[in-house]
Amino acid sequence: MGERKIRVLVAKPGLDGHDRGAKVVARALRDAGMEVVYTGLHQTPEQVVEAAIQEDVDIIGLSILSGAHMTIFPRICELLKENSAGDIMVIGGGIIPEEDIRELISNGNASAIFTPGTATSEIVDWIREAMREKVSHKEGVS
Amino acid sequence: MADQRIVDGVLSGDRRMMARAISMIENEDKDKHRILSALFPHTGKAYVIGITGAPGAGKSSLVDRLLSILRSRGLTVGVIAVDPTSPFTGGAILGDRIRMQEHALDKDVFIRSMGTRGSLGGLSRATKDAIQVLDASGKDVVVVETVGVGQSEVDIIKYADTTLVVLTPAGGDSVQTIKAGIMEIADVFVVNKADLPGADRTVAEINIMLDLGGATRPWRPPIVRTVTIDGSGTDEMYAAILRHSEYLKESGNLERLRKERTRRDVVDLIEYRIKSTVWEQVHGSPEFDDVVARIVSRETDPYSAALQILRQVNLDRCKE
Ligand SMILES: Nc1nc2c(ncn2[C@@H]2O[C@H](COP(=O)(O)OP(=O)(O)O)[C@@H](O)[C@H]2O)c(=O)[nH]1
Ligand SMILES: [Mg+2]
Repeated sequence: MGERKIRVLVAKPGLDGHDRGAKVVARALRDAGMEVVYTGLHQTPEQVVEAAIQEDVDIIGLSILSGAHMTIFPRICELLKENSAGDIMVIGGGIIPEEDIRELISNGNASAIFTPGTATSEIVDWIREAMREKVSHKEGVS
Repeated sequence: MADQRIVDGVLSGDRRMMARAISMIENEDKDKHRILSALFPHTGKAYVIGITGAPGAGKSSLVDRLLSILRSRGLTVGVIAVDPTSPFTGGAILGDRIRMQEHALDKDVFIRSMGTRGSLGGLSRATKDAIQVLDASGKDVVVVETVGVGQSEVDIIKYADTTLVVLTPAGGDSVQTIKAGIMEIADVFVVNKADLPGADRTVAEINIMLDLGGATRPWRPPIVRTVTIDGSGTDEMYAAILRHSEYLKESGNLERLRKERTRRDVVDLIEYRIKSTVWEQVHGSPEFDDVVARIVSRETDPYSAALQILRQVNLDRCKE
């Protein structure tokens, strides 16, 4: 009974167009047994973080096509920390150049970034593994 | 202790702690009842509005409109929006927030999405407990959106003071096809999408249903037409909610309702503890699988087997 479900917020920040990619990922995560809070298009970083807090998600998944990734990821991480919610992981997907991915990850502004064409199963596996590590880490500490 | 931090956080309206408390409730955390006990003295102040209806009827859009109205009157609001969990994968897409974005940054609005999740009537339990958290945090009004299919629509009266049933013109949910149960739980009928043709007919059908069944009812549910796109009719919807809440208070029915609800709640809690204990000890055990196999092959029967198993269940555990 007492089952801990993985909760993921899927958001599409920025002003550009469609959310097809985000929806495909949302469905894949649902089919993998996760609870996906879907907030739709045109989210500001403030809205994303506020929703993540109220929904108590484990992970925020951002779909970014606009090229604004170098400002959006750091801003979201900054807001999470300000709200003492730095333990919520941030991952993303979109057309993001290799070197930007490396920079975002090494600066701790993203835990993983998946480029277009990544199989959804890879994202599912990554999340499951990250959650396992997080839980065992917590147990190790307490 | 961790519990105390969460309790203090909820009472001071800390959003992170409120969210945590609701997660503990959803996850059946072993500490949840201690937290709920500590919160209980601070509850009973929020007015609870339930909104139910078929998927796509416009419930979330109506909640969004209702939020604007409540906020313009200076009331703080908590929202619980329930979407169905897939019975096959256990996953869910919770999309009600999409329609409530306008209120996303309002610190006096707290919105939480929940999946219907598992078995054992756990949803109505979890919803009720989540309402307690929002109530204890000081929200004046709690709005609960549930999908009007299956059990949840009837469960709504276990916690809502005023229940809105949302219908749409013609469409698939013509009034005749709606189960009798849902008509009876309505305190207010909302005919949403009144911009579409057929709204008059829907209103007429509801009136006929009410005339047939309701002669003895002291409260005849009003019917309001709404269009969430431009907000028309939503003030009338709010006025109808207010009238119902005044009716409940003046007639003494609110007190009676809450007393009756408390009575049922305690019985529910007892049943729930027993059920969970039985479930934990019986379900999934190899012995149980064995018994099931023997029933299927007619070596024994379910009636004797149930009794036999029950004798072995340690019920002391549900008293801890
Ligand atoms: N024409 C029309 N469409 C509406 C109205 N209210 C909601 N909708 C649409 O109905 C769909 C479902 O709305 P939603 O609020 O999510 O319904 P819910 O599933 O009951 O929560 C959306 O596409 C809305 O835009 C309305 O008053 N008129
Ligand atoms: Mg909805």
